[in-house]
Amino acid sequence: MKLVAVTSCPTGIAHTYMAAEALEQAAIAAGHEIHVETQGAAGAEALNPVDIAEADAVIFAADVDVRDKERFAGKPTVSGPVKRGINNAAAMVEEAVAMAEAAPAPKIAASVAPMTAAAPRLGPGAKLRLWLMTGVSYMLPFVAAGGILIALAFVIGGAEVNQKVYGGEFEGVTYEAIANPTDILTQAGIAGVLMYLGATAFGMLVPILAGYIAFGMADRMGIAPGVVGGLVAVAIGAGFLGGLVAGLLAGAVVMALKLIKPGQALQGIMRIVVIPLVGVFVVGFIMLVVVGKPIAAAQDGMTDWLAGLSGANAILLGLLLGAMMGFDLGGPVNKVAYLFGVGALASGDLTIMAAVMAAGMVPPLGMALASVVRPKRFTPGERQAGKAAWLLGASFITEGAIPFAAADPLRVIPSTVIGGAVAGAVSMAFEATLRAPHGGIWVIGLIGNWGGFLVALLAGTAATCIAVLALKSVARSEAAAEADEHVLAI
Amino acid sequence: MSSEDTVDLISAALIDLDLTGADRHEATAKLARLLADAGRVTDVDGFLADVRAREEQMPTGIEGGIGIPHARSAHVTAPSLAFGRATKEGIDFGAADGPADLVFLIAAPEGGGSEHMTILAKLARKLVHQSFKDSLRGAPDAAAVSILITEALRP
Repeated sequence: MKLVAVTSCPTGIAHTYMAAEALEQAAIAAGHEIHVETQGAAGAEALNPVDIAEADAVIFAADVDVRDKERFAGKPTVSGPVKRGINNAAAMVEEAVAMAEAAPAPKIAASVAPMTAAAPRLGPGAKLRLWLMTGVSYMLPFVAAGGILIALAFVIGGAEVNQKVYGGEFEGVTYEAIANPTDILTQAGIAGVLMYLGATAFGMLVPILAGYIAFGMADRMGIAPGVVGGLVAVAIGAGFLGGLVAGLLAGAVVMALKLIKPGQALQGIMRIVVIPLVGVFVVGFIMLVVVGKPIAAAQDGMTDWLAGLSGANAILLGLLLGAMMGFDLGGPVNKVAYLFGVGALASGDLTIMAAVMAAGMVPPLGMALASVVRPKRFTPGERQAGKAAWLLGASFITEGAIPFAAADPLRVIPSTVIGGAVAGAVSMAFEATLRAPHGGIWVIGLIGNWGGFLVALLAGTAATCIAVLALKSVARSEAAAEADEHVLAI
Repeated sequence: MSSEDTVDLISAALIDLDLTGADRHEATAKLARLLADAGRVTDVDGFLADVRAREEQMPTGIEGGIGIPHARSAHVTAPSLAFGRATKEGIDFGAADGPADLVFLIAAPEGGGSEHMTILAKLARKLVHQSFKDSLRGAPDAAAVSILITEALRP
């Protein structure tokens, strides 16, 4: 059986740890698995949410209030003073086991493993989803803050604010990048500062996602390899899918490293030096060399291929570019399509840019719509992300859909691809044009045939919404639903 | 591990293998004086008041003949342990199964960093191991006890 426990006492220097040790020993002696959170003076290392989700029962040996008790809601719980945990640890463990057997662990048991009611292990699918959701939950504030700051920058400073800060050409005017960030306020105004801060927050999106997926899998030791892997994913342009890979990879590597039981001499430096060192190197190396090269090659290939299609049917091209925009939401495929649009813009073809922007606005808008139409299909965190996604989508910040896609890629990505493809094709069919490389509805004055552009946007948004709701209701496993319920506390 | 200058938690001078006392307060006071003599506690009375305050919240005796009076106190300069071994009759520390013959006075500085606290946590975990208690009961002299405890806390 699997147990979790929390110990605490008034001073937090003695009984807390004695109870933890006694409970660990008692549980192991009785053949159970236990994880103990010591809420004492040495700082509590919080229990892994996965361990809590999987636990059959909970033990509190505490003389002061257990912090964040709501994490354990719904679990069979044995509570007692901290001294009981020390003096009668075996009895507490026995009681917890008896309670778990009497009231076989909540919902999760029935759905994940209906055959073995008393063993509420999460299935691999549910576990994976729990890890991804952990990463997403830590990433959300970065998406909200970064996305809204960038949108505000566009609203206040016009779409050219991006070029004013980072350099480049906009509407025929070429801007120098601002080399020293402290000059941004004087040279680009408050809008420039908003742009810079938003872009900085966005830069952390993939590293945080990767770092906290690894955290969900392998606790604190996972964070460093995950974050570094995520930074490499950004550097090689692998986008959020690269971040998912980096996070899962880092978690797996650290989990494996933790299995190594070195001799006494090495034990002390395992956690401090060996695991971080080996973890960061292995994950970083794989991301850079094994993942990075093929992505760059694939991007070159796609770019050449698109160039060869230039004369082809315009609607078909719009369909294809739109699908690419929706595929990885700011990742390598999206980037190829986007740069193709920017390239066409520079050579005077304004329809492709319009199709690309419409398709890039659709994923967040479609997810936002879906989270309003059927809120029950989304976690509270996703519903919050949905509110911000309206603004992000309207501002052509495709990344607004990442929280949805990272948590449930197999259902969300097909939906954003479909919506993007519809928007791209419809925009091309109406021959909408766009004279700016970004800006969303804030550059509506630069859109030609904006009526057609709007129709494309609405059609794509509706298509994404319908597709994702269909996929989430049909192809959604019970396990995922249960994992969702357990992630709410994170 | 830590870049700080860490003083060993215990030394032979902080050990009394013939601890006596009419009650737990008297025994605790004897051990506290050892800490003061070693310069680890600046104000014995102030420190004892802090220990007593903790003791009054709930007696610190643990089944199996253990008493762990302890406090985080402003009068403590370095995380320290004073250890006393009493005769078989022992000293009552309020445990349900009778008096204690192994008394650990744990002194933690008020603003102790988490590294210090980690060492004390490790000590606390050791105290529930029967083999550790047995070896303390069997140790021939103060130096041996000091080595036993220091070894047990080695990272």
